[in-house]
Amino acid sequence: MEVQQFYYDNKIVKKFIIATMFWGIIGMSVGLLLAFMFIFPGITEGISWLSFGRLRPLHTNAVIFAFVGNALFAGIYYSTQRLLKARMWSDALSNINFWGWQLIIAGAAITLPLGFTSSKEYAELEWPFDIAIAIIWVAFGANLIGTMIKRRQRHLYVAIWFYLATFVTVAVLHIVNNIEIPVSALKSYSFYSGVQDALVQWWYGHNAVAFFLTTPFLGLMYYFVPKAANRPVYSYRLSIIHFWSLIFIYIWAGPHHLLYTSLPDWAQNLGVAFSVMLLFPSWGGMINGLLTLRGAWDKVRVDPVLKFMVVAITGYGMATFEGPMLSLKNVNAIAHFSDWIIAHVHVGALAWNGFMTFGMVYWLVPRLFKTKLWSVKLANTHFWMGTLGIIIYALPMYVAGFVQASMWKQFNPDGTLTYGNFLETVSEIIPMYWMRAIGGSLYILGAFVMLYNIVRTARQGSSVEDELAEAAALQPVTSKRTVGEAYHSWLERRPVKLTIFATVAILIGGMVQIIPSLMVDEYVPVISSVKPYTPLELEGRDIYIREGCVSCHSQMVRPFRSEVERYGEYSKAGEYRYDFPFLWGSKRTGPDLHRVGQKYSDNWHLNHMYDPQSTSSGSIMPSYPWIVQDALDKSDTENKMRVMQTLGVPYSDEEIENAQALMKQQGTQIEKNLYNDPDFVSSYEADKRYAEENGLEFTEMRDREIVALIAYLQRLGTDIKAEDLKQVSTN
Amino acid sequence: MNIIYLLLAISVMVAIIFFIAFIVSVKKGQYDDVYTPSIRMLFDDELVKADPGNKQPLNKVKSN
Repeated sequence: MEVQQFYYDNKIVKKFIIATMFWGIIGMSVGLLLAFMFIFPGITEGISWLSFGRLRPLHTNAVIFAFVGNALFAGIYYSTQRLLKARMWSDALSNINFWGWQLIIAGAAITLPLGFTSSKEYAELEWPFDIAIAIIWVAFGANLIGTMIKRRQRHLYVAIWFYLATFVTVAVLHIVNNIEIPVSALKSYSFYSGVQDALVQWWYGHNAVAFFLTTPFLGLMYYFVPKAANRPVYSYRLSIIHFWSLIFIYIWAGPHHLLYTSLPDWAQNLGVAFSVMLLFPSWGGMINGLLTLRGAWDKVRVDPVLKFMVVAITGYGMATFEGPMLSLKNVNAIAHFSDWIIAHVHVGALAWNGFMTFGMVYWLVPRLFKTKLWSVKLANTHFWMGTLGIIIYALPMYVAGFVQASMWKQFNPDGTLTYGNFLETVSEIIPMYWMRAIGGSLYILGAFVMLYNIVRTARQGSSVEDELAEAAALQPVTSKRTVGEAYHSWLERRPVKLTIFATVAILIGGMVQIIPSLMVDEYVPVISSVKPYTPLELEGRDIYIREGCVSCHSQMVRPFRSEVERYGEYSKAGEYRYDFPFLWGSKRTGPDLHRVGQKYSDNWHLNHMYDPQSTSSGSIMPSYPWIVQDALDKSDTENKMRVMQTLGVPYSDEEIENAQALMKQQGTQIEKNLYNDPDFVSSYEADKRYAEENGLEFTEMRDREIVALIAYLQRLGTDIKAEDLKQVSTN
Repeated sequence: MNIIYLLLAISVMVAIIFFIAFIVSVKKGQYDDVYTPSIRMLFDDELVKADPGNKQPLNKVKSN
């Protein structure tokens, strides 16, 4: 057998580790800033690009795609080479993967705070970035599959299977969810509307958790835990069962994010059933990971790497037990929209992804630099800071979620809501927000301790960029074995070609059948009184999207007595027909807004946006002075309406031509309404005079962003009148 | 609501792809031996071992 010598590419692993730590600290720090905004809403007063709604997607994208993303690339690039006994297929692709990914992240860090967002959770980036992500992701996949082809080890270790599933599924999810029609360079509308958009989004959103945060990390677990413990995985057989059952079940669970919404019941129940089943493969994997340490628990006592990994796997177990429980409709009725979900995702993110990454980095860096960890003591300190941080973060959030949800549902004996003012339920949980911020601070301090330790470790060692290794060449399948072989047997030995052919075959068939039916059918019960947004309302809606209002306000009144009492008639699927994208939201830091239309005066909204505490004492909503002052950009309105027209919104060509006039008309009406308030008149007129006297440019109220936003808010949920409701319910 | 049929179809396709991959992997003997792989991955192929006492990496590689 010929023994070959070759070099592993360590440099790419090192680059990804540096990026992991860099973006990890940034992403977590943004999260911490957001946590403090719950306690001090005015921290970034008046700075539009540091407002909560714009930073929230930056936090989620940074920790998911930048921190965890770079970590999974680091781990995959290291372990794939060793498991396949081959250098990565192409150094160029490795570097395209690395630099492309960093550029996308840098682009996200700039565009998200500036308000360029599609508003779909974890898919907020606008269309040019979506295309870039698809290209870079395919480069990664090509590199992975290329390495598999030239491998020196015929058998594919289970971790490789997890990586492969990650690549395939994320590619499909990303593309399907991000189908959108561009309006301008950084603005697009989702191809789907309302219920459809919600369903696609959460099919993606749930599987982003499954195939970006879970499957690659399970692969890493199956590589790094045995390596760190220096003993084989508890049961290789179980790992195989774990892999195949997990990937088959995960993809169906998405609708559990939409329980009790306007999504049809059968789809909800399908999601619930698969979510409950998911408990079994998840726990199979957890047990397999933990039992790998059987007989080696003495090592866990002294080795910080194993400590991190044990807590990571335990966190995985807790989060995947909680997931199926949260998918039960009766539990979900309490937990959904509350801070309970925040606790749930952070157990997953901080423990499973964070600690697995930390453990991996502590194990990898000494190896890459041919040295020992600089300080085991500091690593242990980091471990305890992180663990305490997770506990102090998660426990209060569970309490907060449960307390607030219970208060939302509390009735007096006379049938009125005990806490009719939403703000009472917010003030109640401020202490829990404090504790969360403290826990988060501890966790981040721990990350800084790691950074210091890793830098010192790297300094005392010397890196080997191209690691020499040797392995036997892959024995070819001899010609004797293939004598008289038919075409298909040949194909069967070529998994890549077979997969490609099969995929193409399946996709063609599926598309031909499905796409036409999508184009022609009426998919949602039509409510005739639901009309498209006026041009001004459409612009107002885009401001709502830009500011990330959806981060804290849902637009989905569930059919519970407590919600109908508080907000108004529960939401119907047909009401969202023209909502490209949907804005149902997933968290109620503030109240639901679906029935807010006509509830308050135009002046109330103006004052509330300018200074929320002036209308709602004790509110933790930040103020939006720029919306009140800035002129509305109306240059794209016609384009936007035309895109809407292609998407099936019945705007007439005449309406589009008259868009500017229509906006002026509606804006003037709102300006007139605002004049009802003498306080507004005096301050507005004073501003006007001041501008005139000093020769400054003055934007009339009717041309400002606030007027568009008011137009939109006053329209929300008002298309349904009492008589329509009867009609809908009899249908 | 037709989008759900598209999603179901795509999900089925993904499942079928994985199913084919599963069948192929079984046929190719990936799972004939479910013990050795777990041991094999523990061995390193790297020829230069860590040398914490020496700040310079070892240049000499044992020859074959």
